[in-house]
Amino acid sequence: MRPFTIHEGLVAPLDRANVDTDAIIPKQFLKSIKRSGFGPNAFDEWRYLDRGEPGMDNSKRPLNPDFVLNQPRYQGASILLTRDNFGCGSSREHAPWALEDYGFRALIAPSFADIFYNNCFKNGLLPIRLPPAEVDELFAQTYATPGYRLKIDLGAQTVTRPDGKAYSFEVDPFRKECLMNGWDDIGLTLRHAEAIRAFEEKRRAEQPWLFA
Amino acid sequence: MPQTLYDKLWESHVVRTEADGTALLYIDRHLIHEVTSPQAFEGLKLAGRKPWRASSIVATADHNTPTDHWERGIEDPISREQVETLDANIREVGALAYFPFKDARQGIVHVVGPENGATLPGMTVVCGDSHTSTHGAFACLAHGIGTSEVEHVLATQCLLQKKMKAMLVKVEGEVGLGVTAKDIILAIIGKIGTAGGTGYAIEFAGSAIRALSMEGRMTVCNMAIEAGARVGFVAVDDKTIEYLKDKPFAPKGELWDKAVAYWRTLVSDPGAHFDAVVELDAAAIKPQVTWGTSPEMVTDIEGAVPAPDDFSDPVKRESVARALQYMDLKPGTRIQDIAVDQVFIGSCTNSRIEDLRAAAAVAKGRKKAANVRRVLVVPGSGLVKRQAEAEGLDEIFKAAGFEWREPGCSMCLAMNADRLEPGERCASTSNRNFEGRQGPGGRTHLVSPAMAAAAAVTGHFTDVRNLL
Repeated sequence: MRPFTIHEGLVAPLDRANVDTDAIIPKQFLKSIKRSGFGPNAFDEWRYLDRGEPGMDNSKRPLNPDFVLNQPRYQGASILLTRDNFGCGSSREHAPWALEDYGFRALIAPSFADIFYNNCFKNGLLPIRLPPAEVDELFAQTYATPGYRLKIDLGAQTVTRPDGKAYSFEVDPFRKECLMNGWDDIGLTLRHAEAIRAFEEKRRAEQPWLFA
Repeated sequence: MPQTLYDKLWESHVVRTEADGTALLYIDRHLIHEVTSPQAFEGLKLAGRKPWRASSIVATADHNTPTDHWERGIEDPISREQVETLDANIREVGALAYFPFKDARQGIVHVVGPENGATLPGMTVVCGDSHTSTHGAFACLAHGIGTSEVEHVLATQCLLQKKMKAMLVKVEGEVGLGVTAKDIILAIIGKIGTAGGTGYAIEFAGSAIRALSMEGRMTVCNMAIEAGARVGFVAVDDKTIEYLKDKPFAPKGELWDKAVAYWRTLVSDPGAHFDAVVELDAAAIKPQVTWGTSPEMVTDIEGAVPAPDDFSDPVKRESVARALQYMDLKPGTRIQDIAVDQVFIGSCTNSRIEDLRAAAAVAKGRKKAANVRRVLVVPGSGLVKRQAEAEGLDEIFKAAGFEWREPGCSMCLAMNADRLEPGERCASTSNRNFEGRQGPGGRTHLVSPAMAAAAAVTGHFTDVRNLL
């Protein structure tokens, strides 16, 4: 996993609440057995005017000019600013895969759905929760300022605006450490293989029906 | 100190805890389907790792499988490759049970697990599917997980998880005739919102929940995720134990007695502390119908479509305006005046035998309305299908002009060929009314099986209480 320490990038505003994972990556693309290549189909139904199917040449498809991410000023954005409950619905990890493959490194919203939030950390994507009033300020600034950029420092847990004003955010220390180092969770967990084995044997003795 | 059921389930699975409270939770049951597992198996292989305990795995193919013309196999080559990849992965690593495409016990993973007794009280259950919360009906700690976590569980038999807050949702009283588990959970979501349960584990309790069958409780827990909660559960009682007796993977003989004694402890202690408590009056719940593109956008059959201005929060107002545009609905329209083009009876929420009986009771002696293009009835599993056929429900559906299909996820998420055409409106017993969920441009209204059947035979949303 790509480590995340400090990132500075262009902000794109997606001014909707309850953006669900079906919207982030529609079901027809879930048929892939690969982990990569979902970026061109991120927000497919909003982003293109035609109906997307796996295997299409996405560069030849008609773009929806009304969709915010298609506006020239937001091309190359790496920070997505959005609203409450982003990533709700299906547990599909294809959603963070698609956002990451699109070019996003961080997401800012007042809240995220639990499973999605968790999935982001497994893929080098940092979801940042800020209070609604601060998210409102960032939306206003993004709309008002072409080329609006933010600097995110995971170590310091801050989001800094171009004018120097910084917002603090919370993140679990364990998740933070894993993300900053790009650690593989499985490798970390397997360091406790003996503890897992001991737990399992005790459980097998106490509740043998679970091990039928 | 008195403990909640969540405390008990949590504590009995903690292998170790990090300084910040992140715990390694031991996983008893790993349910696997074809869509969210191929990358996990590939990752495992690339890292040269082996599954920790393959006998914890129960797998089936459900999301991509067609629901008709099984003799033709899976015609979509990409879907076929995904299902064949699952076949190959399970062949290689093994499993407690695998119900492949066309197997007599194949079906939706959340239907198959419980009906085979592969979901037992006190278990931690995971699956790369958000509706894993379904298994909480058996007092399980059942988490929907992402594919990285599927790989993590395969490799370590554990899940990294932080303890959530505890919410008690108490539904007291008796529901009226024609009001079902689906109406209860939609009413709960309408009250707390789709993010109301975010960060919480929800225990569903109260006399109305106790009065539900195990299948009804599965319907309620299934949609905990639509209330934002990754897990939802119900305490063990006689119904739980009665349901599990003699199921293929349930313990037998002496072990059964020992298990039952333990299962009886899986209840919240009197006086246990919850971080949040929500109460609903069951008698006040009427048949529910969603009108928007989020499950919280719900009202009852006597209600009308709201206006954006009915909401004070500007973000919500904007969401409602966008939803009404997508759904092509005008504020003030009575729910009963909304006509439907298709009806879907199925999904991990509502495809069990009791759901099909409820739909058949309404369909019996009636016909699909002329304006309804298609009514799909998709049983949750091969076992449900055979049971329904033994009871003659298939004949009732066919006589009413409904299509009787093979089991699978079908038009709940439209990964197979079953889908809405752009602009079509559907009364659906599934769990999500998101934009495009049942097909690009499709418009979904969530209802109970009885309400879906009522819409099918009248052509528009109808108060099923008038048809019973």
